[in-house]
Amino acid sequence: MTVGLLSLVLLGLSALSFILGRQKALASVKGDIRNLHSLPSYCGAGVALFTGIPASLLMIIWLLVQPVLIESHVTDMILPEDIDTGSTRELVMSDVLRIAKGVDVLVARGADEAEITKLINNPAALKTRLADARIALAADINPHVAKAAAAYRTKVATGNNWLAVSTLGLAVAGFLFALMQVKSTFRARNVVEAFVRVLLIGASSVAVLTTLGIILSLVFESWYFFQLYPAKNFFFSLTWAPKFGGGSDLGIWPLLWGTLYVSFIALVVAVPVGLMAAIYLSEYASGRVRSVTKPVLEVLAGIPSIVYGLFALMTVGPFLRDWFAKPLGLGESLSSVMTAGVVMGIMLIPYVSSLSDDIINAVPRALRDGSYGLGATQSETVKQVVFPAALPGIVGAILMAASRAIGETMIVVLGAGAAAKLSLNPFEAMTTVTVKIVSQLTGDTEFSSPETLVAFALGLTLFVFTLGLNILALYIVRKYREQYE
Amino acid sequence: MDERAKMSARRVQVYYGTNHALKNVDVDILDKTVTAFIGPSGCGKSTFLRCLNRMNDTVASARVEGLIEMDGRNIYDSRVDPVQLRAKVGMVFQKPNPFPKSIYDNVAYGPKIHGLTRNKAELDEVVESSLRKAALWNEVKDRLAAPGTGLSGGQQQRLCIARAVATSPEVLLMDEPCSALDPIATAQVEELIDELRSQFSVVIVTHSMQQAARVSQRTAFFHLGSLVEYGETGTIFTAPNDPRTESYITGRIG
Repeated sequence: MTVGLLSLVLLGLSALSFILGRQKALASVKGDIRNLHSLPSYCGAGVALFTGIPASLLMIIWLLVQPVLIESHVTDMILPEDIDTGSTRELVMSDVLRIAKGVDVLVARGADEAEITKLINNPAALKTRLADARIALAADINPHVAKAAAAYRTKVATGNNWLAVSTLGLAVAGFLFALMQVKSTFRARNVVEAFVRVLLIGASSVAVLTTLGIILSLVFESWYFFQLYPAKNFFFSLTWAPKFGGGSDLGIWPLLWGTLYVSFIALVVAVPVGLMAAIYLSEYASGRVRSVTKPVLEVLAGIPSIVYGLFALMTVGPFLRDWFAKPLGLGESLSSVMTAGVVMGIMLIPYVSSLSDDIINAVPRALRDGSYGLGATQSETVKQVVFPAALPGIVGAILMAASRAIGETMIVVLGAGAAAKLSLNPFEAMTTVTVKIVSQLTGDTEFSSPETLVAFALGLTLFVFTLGLNILALYIVRKYREQYE
Repeated sequence: MDERAKMSARRVQVYYGTNHALKNVDVDILDKTVTAFIGPSGCGKSTFLRCLNRMNDTVASARVEGLIEMDGRNIYDSRVDPVQLRAKVGMVFQKPNPFPKSIYDNVAYGPKIHGLTRNKAELDEVVESSLRKAALWNEVKDRLAAPGTGLSGGQQQRLCIARAVATSPEVLLMDEPCSALDPIATAQVEELIDELRSQFSVVIVTHSMQQAARVSQRTAFFHLGSLVEYGETGTIFTAPNDPRTESYITGRIG
């Protein structure tokens, strides 16, 4: 029985047990559900959970463990003389797996077991048959390897049979156990709710564990990098010049400087415009204007950043070069920090304005009334009461926008170029950490040279940086959040 | 019209959208007098209060008709700046709403925006005298820089009163100022209202008949958007003309 079919059967069993559990619950009180501890559908769901969940868990664990066990078993069957010079046990083992898979294909095409046994005993014929089935093998099949493949197949088949038997057995046992519990006092509601709670805990731990996994993988790869390349040079060198032949300079400063410079310009554009837009929308705009403007502004947030990148490349870049950089004598570069920064700022405007708008709207009306009641004008109220009250939230919004700016890649590639440089001139091409991570890992790479592994160290630096910003944002928001409550 | 009237309202109508919230109200607010508005919830007393300093302007759907005069001038005249009017007609709200600023800045807010003081020393003086008038000075004089939101509920309400007093209003409107306070704080605020009467007129909306009887000289009874009866507090509570007033005071309608 295949895994897919088994899952379907389990699902069917669960559905059936739901119906049976529900019926038994109803029957136990002769149809008067007021005498039940839990509603009949809870009883049904409880029985269904006992039927489905332990069996599915068993199946999942089995499927994870079985291949490991079988492979270790079959690997032991490979003798040292089966391994050619220049080959390894793993390579031979992958041959075994390929042959096993190929034989499965042959079976699927109508070969019977007797024929397969014959083929296993005749490796040359097996190879031709496999080649017919478009499964190519590099070398001739060693008789021993063919035997190992056959053994592998048998073990997998037996394993799968036992899997089906034990899973279905557990499902039926769970079903019978739960069905016996069903009576008027069965606390099915508590069972179902406990299950839901476990489900929720599981969902939230997925996020946490993933973050942990990301951090660990970054840390390990960065560790390899620092084994190959001195950390001192990475953190203190002012040149970025990777050479794939070796002898590279991998100083982070030009990249970090580019990142900070571009993000700074982006925030200089986005924060004032976004904040003023938010203040207009929340304090001054009439309901009609607001209902039109806010969605339009938020459409900006939905544009993919690569489209902004095109806008930077085709429109903003030439404009800035022809109208500012050239007349001011600051260079002729089409891509510049300014271009990327301005366009990124435009991208962040809706982010800042929409978050700030929500925060400003959350300031209680009582505070505004208090200010108006003292004879303050609207603008005095906004400046001196509403804005200070909303400030912690606004700072949080700005810092979140900053983390986005730091992580942005596409706009920088198209707007600011890919040349790592330490310069103050905003009309010069520069690049950022994220762009270099991409370029170090694009193309044919092997993860053994410092030139590729540096990407992980860069990623880790960036991660720590944005994490710090987010923690700062959270801290500020938490610290001042309850001020007007 | 009463000779001593500070403010007078004639045939005032208020609409919230299509809802006719206040019908034909005529009231004279006397100078240096405490006037109480009583009536069941939703009877229009707070609505009328908010007409007196044009706070209803900040509600988009509200429309006010009729005549409200202060010192003989129509406050709904187009030449009147509602902002300046509100500086002269201060307001204290039902729920204490100190700004998220220091105690000092809360009180100094009005004087600062209206430019009432010439220097820091004068401002300090205004802040101190306002806090004294609100009977809060002794409790907060050592922590003027602490946030106003950190005070207790009763202290917060007195801070809001000090804040309103600091702009030297001519009329002070109070919208159920004691509804969120305990009896001790209520007693302090009531005492305060009595003292403030020597300087300006106070209009107080209250749900407590005892409070109206204790602090006010004049009482207006509102019911279902209309002014039922208005007169001396003593008369209203002992010999009301209108059967509805009597029913409300004795607790039969509400």
